Amino acid sequence: MNGKSKFQELWELFWTFAKMGVMTFGGGMAMLPILQREVVDSKGWATEEELADYYAIGQCTPGIIAVNTATFIGQKYGGVAGGVAATLGVVFPSVVIISILAGLISNFADLNWVKNAFAGIQVCVCVLIFNAVMKLLKKSVVDRRTAAIFGIVLLGGLFLKLSPVWFVVGAAAAGVILKNLEAKAA
Amino acid sequence: MIMTYVQLFWEFFKTGLFAVGGGMATLPFLQAIGESTGWYTYTDLMNMLAVSESTPGPIGINMATYVGFTAAGVPGAVVATLGEVTPSIIVILIVAAVLHSFRNNPYVDRAFYGLRPASTGLIGAACVSVILEVLTSVQLIAREGGLVKAPVLGGGSLFNVQGLLLAALLIVLTNCVPKVKGFHPIVFIGLSAAAGIVFGFAGT
Repeated sequence: MNGKSKFQELWELFWTFAKMGVMTFGGGMAMLPILQREVVDSKGWATEEELADYYAIGQCTPGIIAVNTATFIGQKYGGVAGGVAATLGVVFPSVVIISILAGLISNFADLNWVKNAFAGIQVCVCVLIFNAVMKLLKKSVVDRRTAAIFGIVLLGGLFLKLSPVWFVVGAAAAGVILKNLEAKAA
Repeated sequence: MIMTYVQLFWEFFKTGLFAVGGGMATLPFLQAIGESTGWYTYTDLMNMLAVSESTPGPIGINMATYVGFTAAGVPGAVVATLGEVTPSIIVILIVAAVLHSFRNNPYVDRAFYGLRPASTGLIGAACVSVILEVLTSVQLIAREGGLVKAPVLGGGSLFNVQGLLLAALLIVLTNCVPKVKGFHPIVFIGLSAAAGIVFGFAGT
């Protein structure tokens, strides 16, 4: 591949993705411009088109989009070990930063002003989740059948004490069945 | 203690395997984990989500780390995060090996036709339950061993009026005001924290 030892290669992957993990603020979407700069322009680990492919697949495979994309690029450059190294890199800053913050916050959680601040923040989180749902609705509910799936899962998730796993498995099966019927009817 | 780690890994492995569509899609799973293990409440989870949105790193990973830390300290944070990314690594390595046929497989498209609205529905249900939790005194509770949840009236006033006013203001700011609506969520989180302190949202 090049003059570097396997260890140097893996370390480079880990370190590059750790840096990108720190720079990502928000969801996986926020990561795309940073990926383009680091992976395509600076390191040349993937082309623009490959990155777009990985990113698209990262969104339609289970798990966190940033992690899926990191695994993809890592395995392309350094095989299975490369995929693991890139993934560990992208999550490493989160583990360190959140562990420190969580420890700090739990020390201050009993202070009155901290309680008041979090009570305000909880309202904001409601609105942020609500906005996320509205945005997702536009992309995922495209016709009557997807509207029905959305409604059934919404009510089921709200009123049934059932693991979300069952809704996910059921919806995937429903998608395959509905589309197969459509293909036969056509 | 070892059992806690095993359980954490397993719960997050399932989350990583079945949550489709990024960080926010893990929320309903995290809610279910809190409900079944008692490691944290809805309110705790919302605080974790706020911190996860306001710190560097992908939100889904930050939340996994935070939940793991809450359940079992720093080792818990590491175990939960590894549990969540393990299915990703396995799935992506398989997909990468069959990349061409995966992209052109009609079954993948068909499954996602059903998966996308279901994922939105699950996040929507999580959204409704956190809104009930934060802005009203209504709670949805299942009887011991029961499958169906029914609304139960908690103590105190039915509506959190201060909270509803702030929510209305935030909805307008994040959706309708040009320029302002493009701000990073951390701005609105900071604003809400200030409002909470100034107006004594926790009632203390």
